[in-house]
Amino acid sequence: MKIVRNSRFAKVLMLGLPAVLASAMLAPSAHAVTELTFQTWNSQDSRDKWDALTAAYMKANPDVHITVNYVPGGVEGDALVKSELASGTMTDVFAYNVGALMQAIDPVKNLVNLKNEPWMSTVNSGFIPSATGADGGIYAAPFGTAMGGGILYNKRIYAKLGLQVPLTWKAFMANNAIIKKAGIVPVISSWKDSWTAQLFVLGDHFNVAAAMPGFESKFTANKIVLTANPATMAGFAHLEEVRKAGYYNKDVASTTFAKALEKLALGQGAHYPMLSAGIDTIVANFPTKASDIGFFAQPGTNAKSNGATVWMPSGVYIAKTTKVLDAAKAFVAWTVSKDSFVVQNKVVPPSGPYFIKGAPVSGNLTAVFTDLYNYMQGKNTSYPALEFLTPVKGPNLSQICVEIGSGQKNAVQGAQAYQKDLQKQSQQLGLAGW
Amino acid sequence: MAKKKGIKSPYSNSLLVPSATLYMILFFVPTILSLFFSLTRWTLQSWQFIGIDNFKLYFSEENLRIGFRNTIIYAVVTSGLKVIIALYLANFLSTKLRATGFMRSVMFFPTLVSTIGVGITFSILLDPYEGVVNHGIKIVAALVGKTTDGPGWLVDPNLLPILSVAFVDVWKGVGIATLIYIAGIAAIPRDYYEASSIDGASARQQFYKVTVPLVRPAMFSVIILSFVGGLRSFDLIWAMTGGGPGFISDVVASINYKQYTSGYYGLSTAGNVILFVFVTVLVFPLSRFLNKKEVVI
Repeated sequence: MKIVRNSRFAKVLMLGLPAVLASAMLAPSAHAVTELTFQTWNSQDSRDKWDALTAAYMKANPDVHITVNYVPGGVEGDALVKSELASGTMTDVFAYNVGALMQAIDPVKNLVNLKNEPWMSTVNSGFIPSATGADGGIYAAPFGTAMGGGILYNKRIYAKLGLQVPLTWKAFMANNAIIKKAGIVPVISSWKDSWTAQLFVLGDHFNVAAAMPGFESKFTANKIVLTANPATMAGFAHLEEVRKAGYYNKDVASTTFAKALEKLALGQGAHYPMLSAGIDTIVANFPTKASDIGFFAQPGTNAKSNGATVWMPSGVYIAKTTKVLDAAKAFVAWTVSKDSFVVQNKVVPPSGPYFIKGAPVSGNLTAVFTDLYNYMQGKNTSYPALEFLTPVKGPNLSQICVEIGSGQKNAVQGAQAYQKDLQKQSQQLGLAGW
Repeated sequence: MAKKKGIKSPYSNSLLVPSATLYMILFFVPTILSLFFSLTRWTLQSWQFIGIDNFKLYFSEENLRIGFRNTIIYAVVTSGLKVIIALYLANFLSTKLRATGFMRSVMFFPTLVSTIGVGITFSILLDPYEGVVNHGIKIVAALVGKTTDGPGWLVDPNLLPILSVAFVDVWKGVGIATLIYIAGIAAIPRDYYEASSIDGASARQQFYKVTVPLVRPAMFSVIILSFVGGLRSFDLIWAMTGGGPGFISDVVASINYKQYTSGYYGLSTAGNVILFVFVTVLVFPLSRFLNKKEVVI
């Protein structure tokens, strides 16, 4: 106990005293340090980025001290964020999803409207709808890069077997047959982290939107029956089809997200339906293999209309309960400044475009970045994921997808279960038409 | 506890105020509040009264049947195994052996470990392809000239996941049950054993004819405690399977938890009211039945 105390005392002396002296010398008026609290996810890449960002910000602004609170992701994190906001204990600034998940935390009631902030004009207009509340206010600053939801694939296997990137689902399944013959797992999936099972459904939205113009408003108003349209059924059907063909890895039920990326990087499997940001983990764990991995959009029925479903970056929010609003606004403004992107690029090279105009992109860019960039630059080759266009999103989709993939339900039963899930959530949100 | 009519307590009722206050704040008020909020659509900040809609919605939940089935299976399996295994363990650990104290500690050790820690550890041990358990099975199978992948303990799309978790629960919880039995056995007067051995009873006869009948009060405690524990079990299941794969190992408590994390606070509260009623309906008659038997003995 004594030792601990001593060392803490020594630390205070070593770290605190020079800081106090320095600030006293630099700022004769000696105004107090502003305490700012910030909350984000505790995943490794989130930690790496925010540790670097808050350190850089505090270095540039010695009169601000930021305490970072790391919280779990997934359903636990969602529950935590909701209860913190409801009980008025949220940090001043926090990072969280935009889109449907933002609507679920009641932005109008809980968050500070950032619409009139000077930096808002630099935000890429594609981001705005997913950060807009029911009152027309804009509540988030974009953080991080766009992500594509589609198929990560091993280019080395494609080259070895002489395969082409498929533009239709049929061509994709034909590729799978060849891959399987070569003794390689065609489709890696990872149901131990059940959120990863949703990609076939969520990543298919480009194709849904192409087949059914005006889909989102009908969907929000409860005018869509999932099982009645081939386009809305396709994602569910894919899960079943791949299982029936025996294309999943045999340990699919016990495979985690990280393990699946390892299989892909090492060439044990050829495809992984995933968000393009999965490449960040490969860059971190298998840096020499990162260049083997590419990304293509989830193919639909029509080769002429082929494009990627795009996920928005996460958002940085200010809670209404903050007592240091000016400091919070200054910090948020800094996160979308050039300085911030320089720090972010240094931590990990971006795996997709940023959503701030003129944001610098540097570092060792991966093939996944280039693939996604090309989709997003092309004409009609990218479309936002459904959850950024409607507040309706059922929380049980991941488990339902696992049920279909493992054969507990067929595609139709799964889609029906998801429809009920949507209904329940919309009723809870009090949406009209449900 | 029997009330004696006519005799007034020598103490003033004001002495009850501290404990009554605690009881009101910690138990009575939350119970009433949860009954109230189960009738509302509740966002923690505001609520809207919707009558029994939450209960209707809850019972229309598709996976509720799986939840109730698993809850009962889990409670019966864990409670049954604990009652039987712990009895034999307690009998063994009540004999005067040299290392009895040490063995009792070892037996009790799993109870002291964090449930989440146990859950994560066992989910690694039971991994179907990389887990120690299935590696062991493969080796044994190879010795007898067979090849097998071993069962998918936690990932099989059938009843196996909930049973696997139940077995881990037994391993972890059998220590408490054994402890209760040991206390029960220690309370049996030695005279019975002496008398029966003079009559020529064997050790086995002593166990079945003396120990088992006389340890019944302890056995009933074990039954009730482990059954209630099984009915409302959540943490170990959540740590090992998360209710999956899909919804196959969901129990009522994990369904309520998932509704809570989705922000359905009113619905989740209604679920907990239902779980409360469900546990009461099962346990109250059981407890009455066991108490009656106790009196007969």
